Amino acid sequence: MTVEAEIVDTGSRAAPKKGRRLRAFLRNPTFVAGVAILGFFVFIALFADVLFSDDPMAMMSSPLVWPGEDMQFPLGTDQLGRDVLSMLAHGARASLLVGISSAAIGLAIGMVVGAAAGFFGGWVDTVSMRLVELFQTTPTFLLVIVIVSISAPSITTIVVAIGISSWPTVARLVRAQFRSLRESDFVMAARSLGYSRLRIIVQEILPNALPPVIVAASVMIANAILTEAGLSFLNMRDPNIVSWGGMIGDGREQLRNAWFLTALPGAAIAMAVLSLNLVGDGLNEILNPRNEP
Amino acid sequence: MSLLAVEKLSVGFPGHTAVHESSFSLDAGETLALVGESGCGKSVTAFSVMRLLPPNAQVKSGRILFDGLDLLTKTPAEMRDIRGKQISLIQQEPMTSLNPVLSIGLQITEVIRRHEKVSRKQARARAIELLDLVSIPDAHRRIDDYPHNLSGGMRQRVMIAMAVACGPKLLIADEPTTALDVTTQAQVLDLLDDLRHRLKMAVLLITHDLGVVAQWADRIAVMYAGRIVEKADIKPFFAQPLHPYSRGLLGARVDVDTEEHYLSDRLTEIPGSVGSAAGEAGCPFAPRCPIVVPACRLAPPPLIVQGERAVACPRVSA
Repeated sequence: MTVEAEIVDTGSRAAPKKGRRLRAFLRNPTFVAGVAILGFFVFIALFADVLFSDDPMAMMSSPLVWPGEDMQFPLGTDQLGRDVLSMLAHGARASLLVGISSAAIGLAIGMVVGAAAGFFGGWVDTVSMRLVELFQTTPTFLLVIVIVSISAPSITTIVVAIGISSWPTVARLVRAQFRSLRESDFVMAARSLGYSRLRIIVQEILPNALPPVIVAASVMIANAILTEAGLSFLNMRDPNIVSWGGMIGDGREQLRNAWFLTALPGAAIAMAVLSLNLVGDGLNEILNPRNEP
Repeated sequence: MSLLAVEKLSVGFPGHTAVHESSFSLDAGETLALVGESGCGKSVTAFSVMRLLPPNAQVKSGRILFDGLDLLTKTPAEMRDIRGKQISLIQQEPMTSLNPVLSIGLQITEVIRRHEKVSRKQARARAIELLDLVSIPDAHRRIDDYPHNLSGGMRQRVMIAMAVACGPKLLIADEPTTALDVTTQAQVLDLLDDLRHRLKMAVLLITHDLGVVAQWADRIAVMYAGRIVEKADIKPFFAQPLHPYSRGLLGARVDVDTEEHYLSDRLTEIPGSVGSAAGEAGCPFAPRCPIVVPACRLAPPPLIVQGERAVACPRVSA
C-alpha cells in the first residue's frame, strides 16, 4: 500500500507544477473575466475582414440610421452613412494594434534602460534616472501630441510616440528589481561560475524580474489605447484607418441628435481598457510569490 | 610549488583594513581550513582569490599566485575563464544560491557549456552523472526539478555539482554547512572530502566550526581581526595550540568525552569582543589576551615560522 503510494508520488512530481499554475489562473475570477472580454475583442480584430468584408469607410446607406432601425445595419450608420458595426470591428483592430505595439516599444526601451541602470549603478544609473525624471515631469499626453504634431500623424508615428512616452514607468520598475536582485546569492554564484555580466543580466536576473513587468504591460496596453483614442479625438490620427477614438471625434458634432455615434465606440474603449486592467489585476495576484500555495 | 600561494595580501574597505598582510599556501589535493570568528576577514580573503570583492573593497598589496600566475594581474575576461573552470566557489546559503526560476539541470548544463565545447545533449548527460556523483537519488528524474522542489541539503549538493562540473583544481567552500542541520552537515562534508580525493582538487574550507576542521582539514590557518595568527597541521594544532587566541577557541569548546556541561562547570570564554581590536596599535588580540605584556601593545607581532608551524606571538614557542 505504502509502496504503491510512493510510486504514484514520484511519478507525478514533474506534472503538478504546470497543472497548479493553470488552475491558479482559472481559479481567479478577475483574470478569467478579463481574458474573456479581451479574447472577444481580439477575435473581432483578427476576423474583422471576414465578418465585415466591405470597406468600413464606404458609404453604405443613408446617414444617421438609428440602431435597430434597419436590420442590415444593426448599430446604425453615421453622418456619412457608414456602417457603425463594421467601423467598430475594424476599429478594434487599430486600437489593439496601437496598444500592443506601443507597449512593446515602451517595454523594450524601459527594460534595457532599467536593467542597465539597476545592474551597473554608478553614473549609468544617475544618467538614466535623470532622463527618466525628465520624461516623467512632462505630461505623457502632451509629449505624445508634440511628437505626433512634429511628423505627419500616421499609425507608425502614433505608435512610436506612445511607446517613447511610456518607457519611464517600466524603466523604474525594472531598475528597482535589478537593484535588489543583483545583490542576491544566486547572482554571486553565477559570477563565481565565470558568467559575463550581459549573461547574468539576461539569463539570471531578467527572468526573476519579469512578473511585475508583465503586470505593468497589460496596464500599458490599456493606457496606449486610451492615448490613441484621445489623439484621434483631437483629429491627430491616421486618416486612412478607422479607430474608436476617431469615431468619437467624428460623432462629437452629432452629440445632441445621434448620441449613439459617440456612446458605442466609447463603450468599446471602456470595455477593452477594463478587460486589460482585469487581466493585469489577475496576473498580479497569480504571479505574486507571496500567494504561492 | 603550491597550487595557491597568497603572499602578504592586504584588502581594504573605505575607512578600515579587513585583511592585513596575510600569507598562506595550499598544495594540490590538500584541504586548508581558514578559521576565525565572523568579520575576521576569512570570506574577504576567499573572495579576493576569486576576484569577486564588493566594488568598494580594494586589494591594497600582495600577490595571489595560482599555478604560479598572479591572479591580481589577470584581465576580467581571463578571470571569467578561470572562475568555475579552475577555481570554484560554494556559498553559505544553499536556499538562495540557486536561481529560483531555472531548473537545476539547466543550471548545471549551462556551467558545463560555458567552459567546455560540448553539445546540449552531452552536457545534460554529464549533469545527470554529476547529480549522481553528489548522491542525489533518481538523478535522471530530479534533473528537471526546480530549486524549490529540493531541501537545503539537496540544494547544497546541487551547488557542489555545479562547482565541480568542470573539474576545478581549487574549490573554495565558504562556510558550506553553516545553514544545514548537523546530520546533513556531516553528509555534505563527507561528500566534499570524497570528491576532493576523486577529482584531486584542493579545498579551501572557510569555517568557524572547529569540529569540522578537526575532522576534515589537513592544515589550519587561524585568523583574528584580519591577521593570520597561527598556521599548523591539524594534529599538532589540536594537541597543542600555541597562540593564546587558538587556545581560547579550543578551551571554549564543549567536549563530550570529558563530561563537561554548563550545569557542572562554567565554560571557559575569551573575555571581551573582536571589536576591541579596533584602534589597537599593537597585537590585535592584546586587549583580550591572558598573557599580555606591555610590549604587545607597541607593534603587531610578526608571524614566526618554526618548522611546520607558524605563530604570531613572541610569548609562546613550539
